Amino acid sequence: MKENQIVPDLQIRLYTSMILTRKFEEKIVALSQEPYRMPGMQILANGQEAVATGIVSALELEDVIISNHRSHGHLLARGADLNSLMAEIMVKDKGVNGGKAGTLHLSVPDLNVLMTSTVVGAGPPLAMGAAFAQQYKRAKGITVVFFGDGAAAEGSVHEAMNLAGVWKLPLLFVCENNCWAGAQRSEEHCAAQHIFQRAKGYDMPGQSVDGNDVEAVYNLALELVEYCRSGKGPALMEALTYRMRGHGEQDQQHYVDPGELAIWEAKCPIRLYRQKLLNDGVLNQAQIQTIDQDAETRVSAAVAFGDDSSYPGPETALTDVFVQPPSA
Amino acid sequence: MSQKTFGQALNDALTIAMEIDENVFIAGEGVGVSIHQDPNMATHGLLKKFGRKRVKDTPVSEAAIAGLAVGASCMGLRPVVEIMFFPFITLASDMLVNHAGKLGYMSGGKSSFPLTVRVKAGVGFGAGSQHSHNLESWIAHSPGLKIVWPATPEDAKGLLLTAIFDPDPVIVVEDMMLYRMSGEVPAGDIRTPLGKARMVTSGTDCTIVAYGVALYTVMKAFKPLSEQGISCEVIDLRSLVPLDKACILDSVRKTGRLVVVHEANRFCGFGAELAAMVAEEAFEALKGPVKRVGAPQIPVPTAPTHEKIFKPGPEDVVLAVRETMKK
Repeated sequence: MKENQIVPDLQIRLYTSMILTRKFEEKIVALSQEPYRMPGMQILANGQEAVATGIVSALELEDVIISNHRSHGHLLARGADLNSLMAEIMVKDKGVNGGKAGTLHLSVPDLNVLMTSTVVGAGPPLAMGAAFAQQYKRAKGITVVFFGDGAAAEGSVHEAMNLAGVWKLPLLFVCENNCWAGAQRSEEHCAAQHIFQRAKGYDMPGQSVDGNDVEAVYNLALELVEYCRSGKGPALMEALTYRMRGHGEQDQQHYVDPGELAIWEAKCPIRLYRQKLLNDGVLNQAQIQTIDQDAETRVSAAVAFGDDSSYPGPETALTDVFVQPPSA
Repeated sequence: MSQKTFGQALNDALTIAMEIDENVFIAGEGVGVSIHQDPNMATHGLLKKFGRKRVKDTPVSEAAIAGLAVGASCMGLRPVVEIMFFPFITLASDMLVNHAGKLGYMSGGKSSFPLTVRVKAGVGFGAGSQHSHNLESWIAHSPGLKIVWPATPEDAKGLLLTAIFDPDPVIVVEDMMLYRMSGEVPAGDIRTPLGKARMVTSGTDCTIVAYGVALYTVMKAFKPLSEQGISCEVIDLRSLVPLDKACILDSVRKTGRLVVVHEANRFCGFGAELAAMVAEEAFEALKGPVKRVGAPQIPVPTAPTHEKIFKPGPEDVVLAVRETMKK
């Protein structure tokens, strides 16, 4: 069972998870600036670590996660192996999906990170199917799906929420509202200011939370996860946060007001939490340094692991299309 | 063995699948309670037999229906979902094309999607192009999806059962014009293998390949062609993906000619793939041009006079065979 109150041990885990995610993605930033080091698009959740950490930490391992293009934090918070994750992002054969997923389509079914979809808005219907299976099998687990404020404009999200509401599925919808869909601000793509208010239309509870406050995220997630687990039906949680590095690493954010970025930089969830833990005497400076250093060491080891593995062999390009391929 | 309609044979398959595997469930618009009270509907009576847990009426939400199938199958269930009419599959296509067809590959083989989509197809009931539009080429073109198309009650049952227990996503196309057609159907759990075409008649002059209801258009042309002394080898494809290449190529190597017949638009239709395959792999055997019989490149019309122009008839098949025989 998850702690239902914030205790130091949990606080240290929350901090460790967030800083590991930050260091992991900072390394991706660095590597993506080297030519051909990181093939494909690198889409990061820098500044949104508290959402992934807070919510995934409130889950049990039997709970299913459906992620999206900003998935690294969800996977790391779930405890995915750093080495095979980094190798996959480097599209290497020792990657968790054999180099066939890359950074955008990571899945770790062993850890119930069942699927990642980068088709914006596709996660909710997939999650609805997973949650249906849990209800059908009378399993204890629930499903959590992460999507953005941009995805909330897709019709598929409506369809999934409606059907989850009709069937009272054990499904927590998590909207990571990071204020941006591509180069469009929320007010340009979202008719109402808040996504969580839509919950009313699907007969489910909906609440929002400061997505940069990891403990607030954790507490609300616990409450809503418990609601879903109790069989009452789905719930919608909106975490208000900010996309610090643009849509992807190729995005120079020429359309973003630097003043706004500075405001959110000051609200960095990791910096705020570090300060809180220091102030509350949960950790001292030396302990913080040890945790940060350990994260960096693990990330460096993961890169070395990725460097040591190869691009997948050409023979694997044609496999895994079907479980039972045509014989011809 | 007993006489059953095509629709009853499908119903038989669904019943057997649900009886032998608790993980099989069905979902779709009106699969439980339908506006039709027709024993020839594939899902007729299943709600009463299996209850609301396993027979799920859904909202009018094709993306959600397909998402349900993808998500639930990835969790180990065997969903059999219905997309009411073939053109509506466009609303479900992201879930099928981008997810069911691709996520297994991109997981490195860790995930699988043993789902079945039943879809009703057919031209000739006057509903026009948004209820009639055969999109098999779209599906066949998308990697990771299988697609089968039964033409007889026996195959309706056998192919549906095989599809349900296949480990991959399979689209089963049901020609509405065949629902009331009767035929001998073996009892029990029968499986028609995917990727095995059926030789309907053996012949020496021309191979004709068709699937679904188009097979009967071909059979109506068979007699006049015989009377003209042309011996045709008719192949019921049954499965488009996987494709029984060997059956077609062997036949063409024997007859030297190929005519493909389908109700979909000719342009970029499935017949184009078969024509190309034969040109690439059996060119030396060809004695005449490969001919395709299909619909013109227009939306499926509504008026009976226009439908007649759209839908290939036996006379079109006769003409195509005679043309390829000229040389």
